[in-house]
Amino acid sequence: MTDMSWIGAVLTAARPQALAALLRYFRNLDMAEEAFQEASLRALKAWPKNGPPRDAAAWLIMVGKNAGIDAVRRTSKHDPLPPADVITDLSDVELATVEQLDAADYRDDILRLLFICCHTDLTARQQIALAMRIVSGLTVKQIARAFLVSEVAMEQRITRAKGRVASAHVPFEAPGAVERAERVAAVAAMIYLVFNEGYTTNVAEQGAKAPLCEEAIRLARLLLGLYPAEPEIMGLAALLLLQHARAAARFDADGAVVLLEDQDRTRWNARQIAEGLALIDKAVRHRQPGPYQVQAAIAALHARAKTFRDTDWSEIDLLYGALERMQPSPVITLNRAVAVSKARGPEAALALIEPLSDKLSSYFYFHGARGAFLKELGRPEEARVAFDRAIALANTPAEAAHIRMQLDRLSGAA
Amino acid sequence: MQYAILCYHDEKVTCAWSKEEDDAVMAKLGVVMERLTKQGKLGPVARLLPTTAATTLRKDREPALVIDGPFAETKEQLLGLYIVDCKDLDEALEITRELGSANPGGAYEIRPVGFFFEPPKAISS
Repeated sequence: MTDMSWIGAVLTAARPQALAALLRYFRNLDMAEEAFQEASLRALKAWPKNGPPRDAAAWLIMVGKNAGIDAVRRTSKHDPLPPADVITDLSDVELATVEQLDAADYRDDILRLLFICCHTDLTARQQIALAMRIVSGLTVKQIARAFLVSEVAMEQRITRAKGRVASAHVPFEAPGAVERAERVAAVAAMIYLVFNEGYTTNVAEQGAKAPLCEEAIRLARLLLGLYPAEPEIMGLAALLLLQHARAAARFDADGAVVLLEDQDRTRWNARQIAEGLALIDKAVRHRQPGPYQVQAAIAALHARAKTFRDTDWSEIDLLYGALERMQPSPVITLNRAVAVSKARGPEAALALIEPLSDKLSSYFYFHGARGAFLKELGRPEEARVAFDRAIALANTPAEAAHIRMQLDRLSGAA
Repeated sequence: MQYAILCYHDEKVTCAWSKEEDDAVMAKLGVVMERLTKQGKLGPVARLLPTTAATTLRKDREPALVIDGPFAETKEQLLGLYIVDCKDLDEALEITRELGSANPGGAYEIRPVGFFFEPPKAISS
């Protein structure tokens, strides 16, 4: 490993904690980021000679604090001093060692940093971009690539998002229990958004978007490290790990989508599956089910099945039923119908989704699934109509290609 | 003499390695492990999943308490272990230095083994 790559990993690992502490100190995101940036530059000079400090985050916080204060002093010769409440604890800078903070302070700091990115004034994509820039420390270039937009456009999007956050006055006092729980839930939802943005159905985009999935997993582990006994956070981390474990098997050499039933399961990532299964096992012991845990439990059943034929469809049917009760949604019912078709046959599945035809009439997957059930029931003409409808609604060429393959099989069988 | 080489590192750092960096570290370790195997010096080796996947059973109350997370909150975490058979501590240290050169940072604890039981058939994962 080169100096740059190991220092890079140490800086990335220390970033959330160090930046969060600097944010509490300076109460200004730009100042905190500049201070962290300066501390990182000094680390790049100092660490190759001396090796990394035992506590890299503490080093970066101390150096960042001092660098930030120097910067304020320099600019204050030209600009009027910022109001006193912008910079706190100036007098005891030299005394305040990072070790004096206990774990609870760190936890609230990092949660605050994460929570800033989920502000309700921000759109989903702004939340994702801000989290990737601020918490994960991806470059604007990397984020722009993942969103398939120009660097300039992404820079503007992030600047606008930061402007909104800055004027939104995130409270800096320690949150109460209820507020803390709300923040944790909002952050979990944001992490899920990051993952979904990265979980593409298109092989051409997979390379560019994969970092979002990996960062989402890192953020989920970070949140779980802060709240190790929260079953829903275990469920979230498990869900992301189990989904991402299949990444290498999801597209074939030509870039076509490989469905779960056709995936080469030896290409699934065994270590991520083991971690996901361990987490869902731990979560279930708490007996406080929630949507992330249920979704993770479904993913776990797929991961545990040695082959597609070994999948426990009745259990998946039951879990989707539980998920429907927690979050009633026609899309979840549609997913359940796929399990029902395997467990109880296509007729039961079709009966389950027919009432959804109004709500899902413009939804690609509805017509695709309906076509598949009709095909299985030996009703090729109706299946053909449903597949044609699905192709018309396909979001990507890969989706359309998959349905066309179904249509071809229909013609072959007929 | 059997020694356990316990590997400690900041898991936030090892989780921040890219897949290529992680693969490179594992490949370097693989070379050392292969040589030790040929010399008949290597026993079981394990890489542990992150401490967020850990559960702790605390016996300081009755009944014992099950807690999510690792036994202790530390800057470095126990991330893996090797069992090696060496003639003395110097040789164990030599092997540890070789393993340690695969990646920067972290620390190793070399602990002599007092009791070792090898089951007749290894568990399969």
